[in-house]
Amino acid sequence: MTMTDQTLEAPATAERTMTYSEAVREAIAEAMTADDRVFMLGEDVGVYGGAFGVSGDLYGRFGADRIRDTPISELGIVGAAVGAAVAGMRPIVEIQFSDFTCQAMDQIVNQAAKIHFMLGGELNVPMVLRAPVGSGTGAAAQHSQSLEAWFAHVPGLKVVMPSSPADAKGLLLAAIDDPNPVIVLEHKLLYRTSGHVPEGAERTPLGVSAVRREGKDLTIVATGVMVGRAMEAAAALSEKGIEATVIDPRTLTPLDAAPILDSVTRTGRAMLVQEAPGHVGYMAEIAARICESPALYRLLAPVRRVCGLDVPIPYAPKLETAVVPQLDGIIAAATELMEVQS
Amino acid sequence: MTTTQTTADPRVGDDPDKARHVLATMWRIRRFEEAVDDLFARGLMHGTMHLSIGQEGSATGSCLSLRTDDAITSTHRGHGHCIAKGASLERMMAELLGKETGYCRGRGGSMHIADTATGNLGANGIVAGGIPIATGAALAYKMQGLDRVVVSFFGDGASNEGAFHEALNLAAIWKLPVVFICENNKYGMSFSTEFSVAVAHIADRAAAYGMPGVTVDGNDVEAVNDAVSAAVDRARGGGGPSLVEAETYRWKGHSKSDKNLYRTREEIAEWRLKDPIVRFEKLVKERGTLSESEVQQIRDEAMQAIKHAVVAANQAPDARADDILDSVFAATTIVSEVTA
Repeated sequence: MTMTDQTLEAPATAERTMTYSEAVREAIAEAMTADDRVFMLGEDVGVYGGAFGVSGDLYGRFGADRIRDTPISELGIVGAAVGAAVAGMRPIVEIQFSDFTCQAMDQIVNQAAKIHFMLGGELNVPMVLRAPVGSGTGAAAQHSQSLEAWFAHVPGLKVVMPSSPADAKGLLLAAIDDPNPVIVLEHKLLYRTSGHVPEGAERTPLGVSAVRREGKDLTIVATGVMVGRAMEAAAALSEKGIEATVIDPRTLTPLDAAPILDSVTRTGRAMLVQEAPGHVGYMAEIAARICESPALYRLLAPVRRVCGLDVPIPYAPKLETAVVPQLDGIIAAATELMEVQS
Repeated sequence: MTTTQTTADPRVGDDPDKARHVLATMWRIRRFEEAVDDLFARGLMHGTMHLSIGQEGSATGSCLSLRTDDAITSTHRGHGHCIAKGASLERMMAELLGKETGYCRGRGGSMHIADTATGNLGANGIVAGGIPIATGAALAYKMQGLDRVVVSFFGDGASNEGAFHEALNLAAIWKLPVVFICENNKYGMSFSTEFSVAVAHIADRAAAYGMPGVTVDGNDVEAVNDAVSAAVDRARGGGGPSLVEAETYRWKGHSKSDKNLYRTREEIAEWRLKDPIVRFEKLVKERGTLSESEVQQIRDEAMQAIKHAVVAANQAPDARADDILDSVFAATTIVSEVTA
């Protein structure tokens, strides 16, 4: 598109829209333009443009030094980012699939997460690790996981799951600013979704939950790709006369629990939706927070989790959709929850 | 493999100032480790520690090749590296005693001492954990246009970790100013390099990454300094990374629980005869670089410095727990940088 055409045809207040992956790319470009310390490294992020096309034309714009192609060497890549970060740079690591963070866990968990604390504050690790998560692409069990709870369980890591293009940009900019290691988990199915993204370097602060929709009957907490699915479910429920609040924590660590607890106190019903397997998942933490707060006394029904099944992600399309929450299942679970009489 | 002669001129043992510095550093390391051993044995220090008695030559000879603003990463057996790079004995001892004035405010202990003022980017409790970090720091300095060099210390055991191989490859393809120093003390805990490595020398592994590899007698301070100086010069001049293997030996067990079941008393006794400190003292006296009275003075001063560090550290307040939750994340947006 050209700006001229837009200006002629659209009112001045028209929302600027772009895809989620374009928003990520714009954040990286703006951060790199503003700060020489920021650079990106990862597998195939250069001329290839990234396995999911996120880095795109950045290689052409910023060159091979700052959009740095790496060998297939996740432990080395993340370690190099940790070292660069402690020595004054602001690296953004792209791990091609979040599953491959398993190759780099020592540097993420034992090094990046602990250095500031363990070394008595002597060093900081201002590093961002971005990685695509989730199922829905037919890539099977080693390319489809949602491992956010692992990272959220490690003190010293901040964990971000943007669910919209605007947050993909705003949260990434905030993550790059942050003097700590931040894991940014981007759902693959969101990369091609579009939405409004503000012009300029507007940050979405880490640690602020977003209330996506307000309704009096039910509180739905959802993360990542499930936020959109929860919003669709809420619209369908509204037609049946059920009004749901939908809350997107956006950052798993640090968690802004107050809006969740306030909402549950008002609605008395909590439904927690994640793609990851339910057992010891992030929503178990949300459930515990509700149970440890006075919101517990206001519950009209037991807390309900709607999660992925406790299985590896399978290949066949029917199997793949069967093991993670889908729209119909979310609507059905919400309807059931509303039918519970206290 | 042979020792590479280098730009370090005159050699350490011929230069009275360098010789004094080297001997003082080695004695400070030796006495520090002995004091730690003693405090632990008497129940006055808790946790665990990995002593580097017998390995003073490689830490000292290597760090002598570096400027203050050059950086190092170290290992679980890292007290010697910290001291050789210039760390405060008192703050180190305070850390090991769990004091607020310790390098890590009591949060890290023996295996996690970092000191940005002297370019120490941190010891590491994970074998090979510091090698990729050193590589990344070297990448940072190169991107920043600084002429700093990073030395990564690690042991023979670390050279069997994936992190070693990934980091050496990255450093080589990016021609980074980093020197990888493998302190081969013959054992990864109990497992001998005789069984853990199939190449004749760990330095041979450098060939796989297209970088120079050299094996030196790690108990010969001059040889270590020569080899590391050559590697540092090469790195600083844009020539890329090198691997230096320093063959040495730890006199003490791996850590506090070691019963030395995997090696003989004779082997230990044999290596004690190769004491890097005794050897260097003999050398400087023979060459007339230092007199016996000067040597004795250096020994006395090292002993006094350690005694002072123990006394001062013991008097320091215990580590505070009241702000521990605020210590997990850095609060400001200002990044610590290694400064000269």
